[in-house]
Amino acid sequence: MGEPLLRVEGLRTIFQTGKQVVTAVSGVSYSVDAGETVGIVGESGSGKSVSMLAVMRLVPSPAGRITEGKIWFRGRNLLELDSAEMRAVRGKDIAMIFQDPMTSLNPVLSIGRHLVEPLKLHLGLTPSQAKTRAVELLQMVGIPDAANRLNDYPHQFSGGMRQRVMIALGLSCNPKLLIADEPTTALDVTIQAQIIDLVKRLRREFGMSVIWITHDLGIVAGLVDRVIVMYASHVVETAGVDDLYENPRHPYTLGLLSAIPRLDTAERTRLMPIPGKPPDLSNPPKGCPFAPRCGFSTADCLSEKPTLREVAPGHFSMCHLELSKQAFINLREVRVNA
Amino acid sequence: MPDSNQPLLAVEDLKVHFRISKGFLFGKKVGAVRAVDGVSFAVERGETLGLVGESGCGKSTTGLGIIQMPRPTSGKVLFDGVDLMKIDSETLRRTRRHLQMVFQDPYASLNPRLTVEKIIAEPMVVHNLEQGPAVRERVRELLRLVGLDPRVITRYPHEFSGGQRQRIGIARALAANPSFIICDEPISALDVSIQAQIINLLKDLQEQFNLTYLFIAHDLAVVRHFSDRIAVMYLGRIVELANRSDLYDHPKHPYTKALLSAVPLPDPKRERQRERIILKGEVPSPIRPPKGCHFNTRCPLAKTICFEEAPEIRDVSGHQVACHLVQ
Repeated sequence: MGEPLLRVEGLRTIFQTGKQVVTAVSGVSYSVDAGETVGIVGESGSGKSVSMLAVMRLVPSPAGRITEGKIWFRGRNLLELDSAEMRAVRGKDIAMIFQDPMTSLNPVLSIGRHLVEPLKLHLGLTPSQAKTRAVELLQMVGIPDAANRLNDYPHQFSGGMRQRVMIALGLSCNPKLLIADEPTTALDVTIQAQIIDLVKRLRREFGMSVIWITHDLGIVAGLVDRVIVMYASHVVETAGVDDLYENPRHPYTLGLLSAIPRLDTAERTRLMPIPGKPPDLSNPPKGCPFAPRCGFSTADCLSEKPTLREVAPGHFSMCHLELSKQAFINLREVRVNA
Repeated sequence: MPDSNQPLLAVEDLKVHFRISKGFLFGKKVGAVRAVDGVSFAVERGETLGLVGESGCGKSTTGLGIIQMPRPTSGKVLFDGVDLMKIDSETLRRTRRHLQMVFQDPYASLNPRLTVEKIIAEPMVVHNLEQGPAVRERVRELLRLVGLDPRVITRYPHEFSGGQRQRIGIARALAANPSFIICDEPISALDVSIQAQIINLLKDLQEQFNLTYLFIAHDLAVVRHFSDRIAVMYLGRIVELANRSDLYDHPKHPYTKALLSAVPLPDPKRERQRERIILKGEVPSPIRPPKGCHFNTRCPLAKTICFEEAPEIRDVSGHQVACHLVQ
């Protein structure tokens, strides 16, 4: 394997309001290979979206700042580019689609204007070439009667259709990397299935890498090659998708998997919630960020922060303890019987 | 007189239509949004009936129609044998004591200017259940019941997290000792690790107080976990109603089948092998629902009859199904 397409090293992002400093991403490292699909799973406030906004250099400033780290993309550190160079990367090599298709399109521009602009800017197409390509893109994402819809405005499209427009927009310049930030969370489940199906097909056709940010462990299972689990601004576990679901090693991942009811099981075992709530990131715990909610934590966990280490080939976990699934099942017995 | 053999709640042919007017001030009626268009079901004492469907299918409006907010267009809502559609507003107000609601958004459903004590005490004051110091004692007891520290009574909603606010909302619903609680998407605004806490709490309370729930949600896995029987709604109508295991293991209606197959499973191996039914298109507008079966625009099996006649709901091996084609 050569150099990965994207390599993030020790990324730290903070938000400062007055005297309060919130660390949204603290020293996160990961990589994405060419053609690979990676899922980033975490709850609200875990830093999953901010770490991706950092890759796009779109962290809202002045409150938000990237204070440390390197983001290598095709041999260049994106954090060292000036704004004109970054603009040439954004939308062309790396595209991002957002959760809410209602607010990510400009309501006073037609869908045609949205699509034509990047084609002219990044690919240097003439207006008529760009228009032809725009129609092709809309057809590709399954918008019926595409040619006649170029002059329509975002409010004339439904939520699912707007997300299709966003995807067409994201793919318009054949990006190497598509970052999708909870693109189906605002959609109904049958429409979500349509969008996931579409992304799977397009990823094959375009041969691009995809980073899919979500809180839904179900979506990730069927879509990605590798999973990164984030908790309280840290990457706590990363592994191949089969490995992660079969043999999760971090107590937070284990906790998440046993806290969700499953559609495919008839038995109605009591759910095992993770007690408590995520830590306050303006005043994070000294040791492991998960220790206050973890059923296994020891004195070490509370005083010393563990590092992300390889527990099996290609499987990394940020935990002091060598845990197996069996240990967790035992804990579950103890808790449920208590 | 209430009879303990009859269902606690029976809804018959409930319709909730919202009028669409045109023109300024004295607009004339030009159409109606048929949010709920002829829904019938019953909820037995102590059971949980799940009501699922996608946004706009009318599941929340059905819940609101039951508590008569707004008054439905037509139909019957028999609560403990009394038709809520026929009683005057004062009797209705007194009856609502037994019928409480837990809402989806814990940020919007608690008055930000009231303390926790005032929020939870309100139903007791409105219904004249407790007086004086007994009110505060009861608020403390309710807070303990939902897993909050009783010392928080002087605090305001903004000081709590989403999960804690939902606990306050549940305490308020319990304050008047209801027999029936409508839970409208009670966990969908919460994080995954918190959702299980609230589900377990609702289950424990049901056991402890013999509560009857109508559980409205769009998450099919949560509904399976939580409900005894489940009704699936599509565009204002119930398309299928069955026991939880029958519905999930042997769905009959083509919409139920498609809906279940669209839900991703947290299991990579099974996900790769699964055959998915991807429905084409979107839900039509409830202002102009299609003629015949409401699902005919997206149904992969639709035949001529489906475009002409609306299917009646009928019994097919233990399921109630509204489809011409199911045998």
